[in-house]
Amino acid sequence: MMPELGKYAGEVLSSYAASLVLLAGLVVVSLRASRKAKMALEALEKGRQDG
Amino acid sequence: MRLNALWEYANPVKFMRLTDRVLPVVSMLALAAMVVGLVWGFFFTPDDFRQGSTVKIIYLHVPSAMMAISAWFMMLVTSLIWLIRRHHVSALAAKAAAPVGAVMTIIGLVTGAIWGQPMWGTWWAWDPRLTSFLILFLFYLGYIALWEAVEDGDTAADLTSALCLVGSVFAFLSRYAVNFWNQGLHQGASVLRAGALAGDTEERVSNVFAVPLFISMAGFVLFFIALVLLRTRTEIRLRRAKALIARERLS
Repeated sequence: MMPELGKYAGEVLSSYAASLVLLAGLVVVSLRASRKAKMALEALEKGRQDG
Repeated sequence: MRLNALWEYANPVKFMRLTDRVLPVVSMLALAAMVVGLVWGFFFTPDDFRQGSTVKIIYLHVPSAMMAISAWFMMLVTSLIWLIRRHHVSALAAKAAAPVGAVMTIIGLVTGAIWGQPMWGTWWAWDPRLTSFLILFLFYLGYIALWEAVEDGDTAADLTSALCLVGSVFAFLSRYAVNFWNQGLHQGASVLRAGALAGDTEERVSNVFAVPLFISMAGFVLFFIALVLLRTRTEIRLRRAKALIARERLS
């Protein structure tokens, strides 16, 4: 399954690990901010209709 | 096609309606292309005869560095649209793209350092391309900080647009310095070398590596578009919420 990386296994694996962690972190932060903004705006719009 | 129709999407309501439909499609395409490109590159490509398995870093390094520079140019265009036509969605799209570009720059720097260590014998060199790329990263940080530092949205958009214009020099140098500033360690563009495509020289990235690389590059472009759409939607909602709160205070 795992390709033979030879003596550079550390370099290749750490490149992939670091990049994937950074990309995933960016997605998680963006999704969380999106959800928060959506909820905040919905609450405000609702308050405006009720009030 | 009527080019003027494009301006309709400067309207936040229309933008939200369109991206509501487009975002899931772009996200799925981005995920698919990135998975195919990276899995193909990591598992199913041979080692390079000189670089060994480190050649696999190309599937991360080239697309992320390309997007780090392209993101800045996208911000330049949207900033200019803001400065000239005062479309808020355009300014917010530039704001939304900056953290994505900054992360791409970090990935480019990190994978470049990890790749440089065994191949060049050093993590870092003050080479024209590397140096301008590092300065581009600092510009990203300054740009993001400036947006946060200025309370008034329109003023922040004006100031960050000006900063974006200045930073474009370094985005440009990161891309083209290798072509006219021949004293660095970093190699020139070899993925799409015009001479090689025309058959004049054999020196370019071999197709065994190039096909998964192109898929990965497409994946990174789509990933960038998906995240910018998502984050612009967030910024539009935040701006609307701010306006509602301000209106309530007035009444």
